[in-house]
Amino acid sequence: MKIAAIALNTFREAVRDRILYTILVFALLLIGASVILATLSIGQEGKIVKDLGLASSSLFGTFIAIFLGIGLVSKEIERRTIYAIVAKPIYRFQFLLGKYIGLVLTLLVTVGVMALLVAGLAFAVDGHWTPGLLLAAALDFLVLMIVTAVAILFSTFSTPTLSAMFTLAVFVIGRLSGDLRLFAEQFAGPGLRQVLEGMYLILPDLSRFQIGPQVVHGLPLGRADVLVAVAYGLAYTLFLLLVAIGIFERRDFK
Amino acid sequence: MEPVIEIRGLCKDFRVGFWRRRTRILHALTLTVYRGEIFGYLGPNGAGKTTTIKLLTGLILPTAGSARLLGRDLTRISAKQQIGFLPENPYFYDYLTGREFLDLCGRLFGLAASVRRERMARLLRLTQLEEAADRQLRKYSKGMLQRLGLAQALINDPRLVILDEPMSGLDPLGRKAMRDVILQLKAEGRTIFFSSHILPDVEVLCDRIGILVGGRLRDVGRLEEILKTHTDSIELTLQRVSPALLTFLRDLAQVPPLEQPDGVLVRLADEARLDLALRAAMAAGARVMGVVPQRVTLEEHFLREVQGSTP
Repeated sequence: MKIAAIALNTFREAVRDRILYTILVFALLLIGASVILATLSIGQEGKIVKDLGLASSSLFGTFIAIFLGIGLVSKEIERRTIYAIVAKPIYRFQFLLGKYIGLVLTLLVTVGVMALLVAGLAFAVDGHWTPGLLLAAALDFLVLMIVTAVAILFSTFSTPTLSAMFTLAVFVIGRLSGDLRLFAEQFAGPGLRQVLEGMYLILPDLSRFQIGPQVVHGLPLGRADVLVAVAYGLAYTLFLLLVAIGIFERRDFK
Repeated sequence: MEPVIEIRGLCKDFRVGFWRRRTRILHALTLTVYRGEIFGYLGPNGAGKTTTIKLLTGLILPTAGSARLLGRDLTRISAKQQIGFLPENPYFYDYLTGREFLDLCGRLFGLAASVRRERMARLLRLTQLEEAADRQLRKYSKGMLQRLGLAQALINDPRLVILDEPMSGLDPLGRKAMRDVILQLKAEGRTIFFSSHILPDVEVLCDRIGILVGGRLRDVGRLEEILKTHTDSIELTLQRVSPALLTFLRDLAQVPPLEQPDGVLVRLADEARLDLALRAAMAAGARVMGVVPQRVTLEEHFLREVQGSTP
């Protein structure tokens, strides 16, 4: 009930913020523009629409997750809005989870709108539905859940600017972490290999969630891979949130 | 008397500066506030008033010591159910309307929708925000935010109300309204703990005060007791004073009696001398026009305490 109240308030803040609409309008324009691009190719129209659409929805979703996520806690402390809230009978973990769920809810709505638009355009171009598209969008959404958790974690102890840089770095490395592991296995010496493997273990492996290419090109999907990715995503998010709560519980609001 | 706030040896250190040096902001504060009191918490800027209040409301965690609020340990979340808190210069979510914000606060206390509706209506009326209730807080003036802050502090019908500088930034009308509300809260049997810089308001409102200087509690007690021990002198005005009486009074008084159109003004150091003077005046057939103890004002006392502590 209390978590829901905070979540609803966070959602309300996001939907009353102009930034969200600016990003959303850009995303929808880009997704719409994929149709124009698609007409330039012959026979590949559907693939272009799906490819570009998924990419833009994931890109703009990440923007929203980072830009709103980094301020979730630090902005409340900076603007002192947290004073009146924490003084009420609410556990700090409830506050943090509420903030997180509120932003995830915002992402669900915005990414949902984008994904439906992509699916609709793909249907218009192809003449049939591609169910895998929504699965790809769902896995992308798991990435956003992780990115939001990373952002809120940094937000509990760092300034928005630093948090944005850290979160972006984690996101980029996370996207490349599959390659990082490959590099460690094949080329690196024993010392560097340990460092790289350590990084691989700590940082999120976001490459697990990219099934866009298979969906777009109609390749078969490994059911087990998807399930493992989902379990991994949820576990990693939970881990990040627990660390964030651990920090937030001890924090002084000066 | 039932204690509502029991602070025992509360300390708080902050790390400051580039080297994160540990600095003690609050030194072993021990203080008890009883039920039904209005307690004024005074001190110059940086004395640690807000730090104390932040400790009591769980915004910061104590370095050492403990406190019980309404009989429950500070760290227990249930202690906050019966407490209302108005932060200093309140900042609230500016994208919410006044009504939405109060509703959020009510939810955080776990109040049912019907209770929230009824309380919101009453508090919006009390704080005269009915017309502005559906406006976003970004359009509120400072005084309106302060009033909304008071409303959110009362949404849970608290037994203890903690107000951090409730008068700051208010115009005279706003201050008067805040004073009236505080007195009404006391009349309803609530305990009020508030910090303030505005000493005349404290003088009018408080049953007891505590003066905090440099993180240490310098003085605590009933206002009249604190000020009585600092009575400067007593002024006695007499008419029909004979020359013999005048000579007697001249020896008794601190400064030579002052002959004024409405009588002779005599300044006496203490009550024993006043008794002697009154007896002599009666015997000499003089008329007593007035006896006025010249008490120090809270402001004078406060300045003495604060300046006495500066090294």
